[in-house]
Amino acid sequence: MAIKVIHPGLATTVQDLGRPGYFHLGIPEGGAMDRLSLKAANLLVGNDEGAAGLEAVFIGPKLEFTRDAMVAVTGAEMPIKVDGVEQPGWTALAVKAGQVLTFDFLKGGARIYIAVSGGIDVPTALGSRSTYPIGALGGFNGRAIAAGDELPVGEARKATEGKSIPEALRRRPGMPAELRVVPGLYWHRISEQAGRNFFEDEWKVAPEADRMGYRFRGGRPLDFVPREQPFGAGSDPSNIVDSCYPYGSIQVPGGTEPIILHRDAVSGGGYFMIGTVISADMDLIGQMQPHTPTRFVKVDIGTALQARKDRAALLGQIKALF
Amino acid sequence: MSKLEIRSPLPGTFYRKPSPDAPNFKSDGDAVATTDVVGLIEVMKTFHEIPAGIEGSRVTFLVDDAEPIMAGQVIAEVEA
Repeated sequence: MAIKVIHPGLATTVQDLGRPGYFHLGIPEGGAMDRLSLKAANLLVGNDEGAAGLEAVFIGPKLEFTRDAMVAVTGAEMPIKVDGVEQPGWTALAVKAGQVLTFDFLKGGARIYIAVSGGIDVPTALGSRSTYPIGALGGFNGRAIAAGDELPVGEARKATEGKSIPEALRRRPGMPAELRVVPGLYWHRISEQAGRNFFEDEWKVAPEADRMGYRFRGGRPLDFVPREQPFGAGSDPSNIVDSCYPYGSIQVPGGTEPIILHRDAVSGGGYFMIGTVISADMDLIGQMQPHTPTRFVKVDIGTALQARKDRAALLGQIKALF
Repeated sequence: MSKLEIRSPLPGTFYRKPSPDAPNFKSDGDAVATTDVVGLIEVMKTFHEIPAGIEGSRVTFLVDDAEPIMAGQVIAEVEA
């Protein structure tokens, strides 16, 4: 035991990089919504990039350390305090036994990642420590952390106090946020005009947006190409015969409010998907607050693959610091 | 007379009443105690009660019912 939860925050969960390989069985990948931020936090405290840390959304937790530890907080912009003294983000902080980590109001972004040297050492479930609360799987007893919990921490390795990730290597969504989208297999289901409108309109993140899906409002509704619904599809024109839902796919139930499926998403169903957000932009979604203005930008698969390479190169630059 | 601020801890949608047909938690000019609820914030499919967090007389709301709100935004001012 090394961390006592005094106040849990809003929905603070243990997350690592997730449990790929079970989505076809309905178990989502899970893991940090902003993977780059979690990796950076882990590297700062001497962990493997995929060690388990805490993901806190909108409100930071209040944590007491019962032994000395190196701690780093990355992701959203939220003032960090150790025993009331403000500390820098994206930096390795040496915290002493008995000290308390707290946070002020969120200033930008949506989710902070707290890494501690040794990682949060809860048992693995299906190969991951990530919490999937709806399935009561992984994490700390399958749920968000609560006041009074004592989080186990693993064996620490060497890390350098004060080491920091330079500003230029951090990634945050712009204003408006731009998410690159590859049009999908069901593109033919909407009218040409609807396809143009989708990419022209400014959308806003709906307050319902969470780890399962990010919902958007504010754009024009989609018109569908008329057809007789095939056997097995629901009666609404946005329905299809049930299909797999990829991570990042954008479904538009009723043609009105697009939903991007994220780390804790459902794996299949009967809504058509207009396209898929490219993997390089998925982390940005984890840092979008409700009401963030958002544009979808149409790209082809070549652009998506190049963006993935660029993203890997960025992680390489971060790793080169250590 | 000094003014204190009630700030939102959360981004989301702010509501001044517990349900659409109910009266407001507090009206402009009311006194507030620290634990009095001044509104609800809806985010991630849940509603969170927002306590005043401070004590004072004559509250003045700066955010309307059902308006978007950002974390740290001033919800209301209170005279100390």
